[in-house]
Amino acid sequence: MAVFEAILELADDHLVLGHRISEWCGHAPMLEEDLAMPNMALDLIGTARTLYDRAAMLEGKGRSEDDMAYLRGEREYRNCLLVERPNEDFAHTMLRSLYFAAFMRPFWLATLEMTTDETVRGVAGKAEKEMAYHIRHAGEWVIRLGDGTEESARRMRDAVAALHIYTGELFESSPAATEAEAEGVLPVRADMRAAWEDVIGQVFAEALLEAPEVPYPQTGGRKGLHGEGLGHLLAEMQSVYRAHPGATW
Amino acid sequence: MYSQGLIGADGSTTETPEFLDTFQKRIDAEQKIEPTDAMPEGYRRTLVRQIGQHAHSEIVGMLPEGNWITRAPSLRRKAALLAKVQDEGGHGLYLYSAAETLGVSREQMTEELHSGKAKYSSIFNYPTLTWADIGIIGWLVDGAAIMNQIPLCRCSFGPYARAMIRVCKEESFHQRQGYEIVMTLAQGTPEQKAMAQDALNRWWWPSIMMFGPHDADSQHSDQSMAWKIKRFTNDELRQKFIDATVPQAEYLDLTIPDPDLKWNEAKQGYDHGPIDWDEFWRVVKGHGPMARDRIKDRKAAWDNGAWVREAALTHAEKRRARKMAAE
Amino acid sequence: MTQATPLWEVFIRPRNGLSHKHVGSIHAADEVMAVQAARDVYTRRGEGTSIWVVRSADIVASDPDQAGENFEPTADKIYRHPTFYEIPEDVGHM
Repeated sequence: MAVFEAILELADDHLVLGHRISEWCGHAPMLEEDLAMPNMALDLIGTARTLYDRAAMLEGKGRSEDDMAYLRGEREYRNCLLVERPNEDFAHTMLRSLYFAAFMRPFWLATLEMTTDETVRGVAGKAEKEMAYHIRHAGEWVIRLGDGTEESARRMRDAVAALHIYTGELFESSPAATEAEAEGVLPVRADMRAAWEDVIGQVFAEALLEAPEVPYPQTGGRKGLHGEGLGHLLAEMQSVYRAHPGATW
Repeated sequence: MYSQGLIGADGSTTETPEFLDTFQKRIDAEQKIEPTDAMPEGYRRTLVRQIGQHAHSEIVGMLPEGNWITRAPSLRRKAALLAKVQDEGGHGLYLYSAAETLGVSREQMTEELHSGKAKYSSIFNYPTLTWADIGIIGWLVDGAAIMNQIPLCRCSFGPYARAMIRVCKEESFHQRQGYEIVMTLAQGTPEQKAMAQDALNRWWWPSIMMFGPHDADSQHSDQSMAWKIKRFTNDELRQKFIDATVPQAEYLDLTIPDPDLKWNEAKQGYDHGPIDWDEFWRVVKGHGPMARDRIKDRKAAWDNGAWVREAALTHAEKRRARKMAAE
Repeated sequence: MTQATPLWEVFIRPRNGLSHKHVGSIHAADEVMAVQAARDVYTRRGEGTSIWVVRSADIVASDPDQAGENFEPTADKIYRHPTFYEIPEDVGHM
């Protein structure tokens, strides 16, 4: 059951971030980004679907990927707080993706080395490359905005101030994740720290940004303790599904 | 997803009869015209306007469907809809590129869309009220688009024809995506079926209107046909669309909201009831229910993105300067 | 700010063994973003294995007014084509 929960945490991270990015569709700063952001969202949603499916199979109660996504409330969602943060502006959105992908890339690479779960290995092989591209795309934007105009630099610094406090949670393993790590299904999250700092350090150096000290990191997502925004996200996402119990779409 | 028959084309031109004659011979010989070739001013103007309207329609068309991405009732539907709306953006991009070969910039076209000077398809000025609208739009609006766009792959202007070939190839999944949604609803719970019928009732007439005014009332259509910018008339395309769609509705046991719709054995096609042209012109002229919201949304995206585009350009300038200093 | 984002032409190699082919254009402020935009716009359905981008403004084109003198003189040089030469069928494929 612990492995089921640990995979669910990962699936929720991907769905919630994919959903947030998809909110941009049709409203991006330039047409090229209206194409780029859905690519990122589709990568994330695709990974979430495979993971939900795997989690449901491990649970063995006959739930579908959609039951997982659409019938759990905000206290049952297990995503980290970073991914549910609102889009705010393009600076926040790109930085959020950079922070997440810079964690997930080494995580999936490590997974490929050690996992005993074939489905998870399949996901890792695909997602590792996707995350490498997300790092590049989001990273190049962070550099341009950080070292762009006065306004863009200010917005980028605001984004760092707003989001950096949520990055610590990426490296924390919940009790379920700790068990999945012990069972050889997932790698130890804390081990990704060096690789993550390396990527963020390189991007920030070019973007003229500084990583702030975080005396009070924000965590709680893995216990279902979220910000207020997630409830709205889920209310919107689940509205049709929940209004027609048992219907097929 | 296509714009309707061109709104307000002006094919008038002032070249010598000899020049026009030579040009027409090239067209008649099915030679493609490329951007740097000599062409009548009216031909260029008609194309800029038509490709622009088409591009704007794709871009504005992202909004009504985008309205449901966050509420799509399954992850499979969510991914498909996101990919479809992304495609519409891509099609707008290809089309802007085609227009840019004629010397009009994307910024300029965007400006004209926001100021209301440029038109876009009237269909996108209607609201998407339920999930069923997403199915119906894919089925009807993309279905109408296919009717319109396939002949455009043979348009005489090379860049437009090439863009349309790419668009048609990509769009092949759009109508199927929509029809599958409607089929699932029609075969679902009574509430779902009612939702599908309601959406069909609201979108049928606007879809029929997408093909533009009747041939008899369609100005400048003859010139576009002669120049092979257009290959079929509005009424021909509308007829093809209705004939293809009626059996698809019957298969789903849904009723097309036109009491006068009936098979005409003599013409081997369906006759349809009168179209409300007052509504059509009202919506084309910017008084559709969602007209203000659509432009407001597009303008907000553009204006809110200004600092991003500016930062990218400023950064590019810095990079160039640094590179030069290093050399 | 009315400065326009530059236009780039995009060339894609559909698969190894084929040359890069012009597929369209995109807007980007610099070459790095141009390659990314080309990837995101033009390779969504597995269309390619390699991308080239070049600033549209950097392309040097032949003058359309010189099309006649450039391209018509080759029309009568039919001896450059194999069918110009008559070889008896008995000789076999050549």
